[in-house]
Amino acid sequence: MKKEKEGWKELPIGLVLGAATCLNFETGDWRSEKPVWDAEKCTHCLICWVYCPDSSIIVKDGKVQGIDYKYCKGCGICAEECPPKVKAITMVREEK
Amino acid sequence: MIVARTGNEAMAEAMRQINPDVVAAYPITPATEVVQLFSKFVNDGLVDTQFVPVESEHSACSACVGASAAGARVMTSTASQGLALMHEILFIAAGLRLPIVICLVNRSLSSPINIHCDHSDTLASRDAGWLQIYTENAQEAYDTTIQLVKIAEEILLPGIVSTDAFIISHGMERVELIDDKEIPKFLGERKLNYSLLDTENPITLGPLDLQDYFFEHKRSQIDAMNKVLPVIEKVQKEFGDKFGRHYSTVDEYKVDDAEVAILVMGSTGGTAKVAVERLREKGKKVGLIRTRVYRPFPKDAMTKALSKVKVVGVMDRSDTLSTLGGHLYNDVRSILYKAEKQPLMKNYVYGLGGRDISIEEIEDIYDELLNIQKSGKVAKDIVYFGVRGE
Repeated sequence: MKKEKEGWKELPIGLVLGAATCLNFETGDWRSEKPVWDAEKCTHCLICWVYCPDSSIIVKDGKVQGIDYKYCKGCGICAEECPPKVKAITMVREEK
Repeated sequence: MIVARTGNEAMAEAMRQINPDVVAAYPITPATEVVQLFSKFVNDGLVDTQFVPVESEHSACSACVGASAAGARVMTSTASQGLALMHEILFIAAGLRLPIVICLVNRSLSSPINIHCDHSDTLASRDAGWLQIYTENAQEAYDTTIQLVKIAEEILLPGIVSTDAFIISHGMERVELIDDKEIPKFLGERKLNYSLLDTENPITLGPLDLQDYFFEHKRSQIDAMNKVLPVIEKVQKEFGDKFGRHYSTVDEYKVDDAEVAILVMGSTGGTAKVAVERLREKGKKVGLIRTRVYRPFPKDAMTKALSKVKVVGVMDRSDTLSTLGGHLYNDVRSILYKAEKQPLMKNYVYGLGGRDISIEEIEDIYDELLNIQKSGKVAKDIVYFGVRGE
């Protein structure tokens, strides 16, 4: 359920918010294309992780686990940077 | 302690006694001396201030914003083009509700380039959301600087205290300084609702604010402006009770029984008082209204003062370049729209670029106002007084 937005009297003085508010800003809903990761093809070179501007490549113990669709904007940089001989990431049109 | 000080020296003394945590400044005539003297206080170890000599006024104001958000008591000084260069950051400081205080010297904005007094600089920034108090002499500049720090920190709005270029800034006057020890007691510590440096309680300051919240934040800022006049009056009273010099938002001089009055800001108030004295000796019922506080506009006190007279001459050391005359004139016309008693009114735009205004000239204005009272007619609403070729 969506919370009712505060009136002006309820807001803290001076444009102050809590820390790390971008965590609540789920930029995943900006996407028109989504990257699809192929675990079979991936060599775990982590180039996609280096280039991703939204920290949306999920990595554990040096291995790619998948893509964080909550924040991935679908920019396609990961698919572009994945080495030509690997091509473990393909961009797929988002369907509603 | 009674001393001889210029306006700039008096403001620098006030800053020394306030002992701000941070001063970031860039020099500009005629306000240079304020921070030049203050930087000497820093070098001599008389204050604990972190002094930041920056590369421009834009940077000065920006450094002030950062320091103030970190929780520091912050001051700076500038004039004219310097304030214009701060313009962008002025709005940010006010929107973030940072109680920064600028000791300003009013100097004409270019072009033509000029270093002398008019009020075009601060009036061009009147809508930036800063408190603005215009002073009549060095003593008032000193006293108001101290008051403004307290006012700004209580309401959480930034403020400008100003003096007239050279007339006050470089004119040596008798000034009564308050004992050094009294100022920190009067001001107390700045109370913080947050600090950028408090890593235990991290915050986000000044985030992007779109259609869903911008209006609410602006409304909250407008509310602070609506509520600050009682705070100004309270601090003026506390100051008066403690140090013996009493101030009001709108200064009235012999207005109660006056037929006509002049309305001014700044040092011309002092000149006009002498004119009032001279004319009173001749039996002419004239008075003087001087607004100290210009932003927010002291509507009620001004309406009350204006309602006492039949004719008012509004003297503006500025023009809005809008065909509507000076700034003060426009504000006063606006507040009187719903007033029961509306005096006849004439706007005298005068003194631009430091053009001198004499006691005799002000007497002439009073005589004209008395003639308007007799005839009941204002032939011309807006005149440019003291300019050649009119």
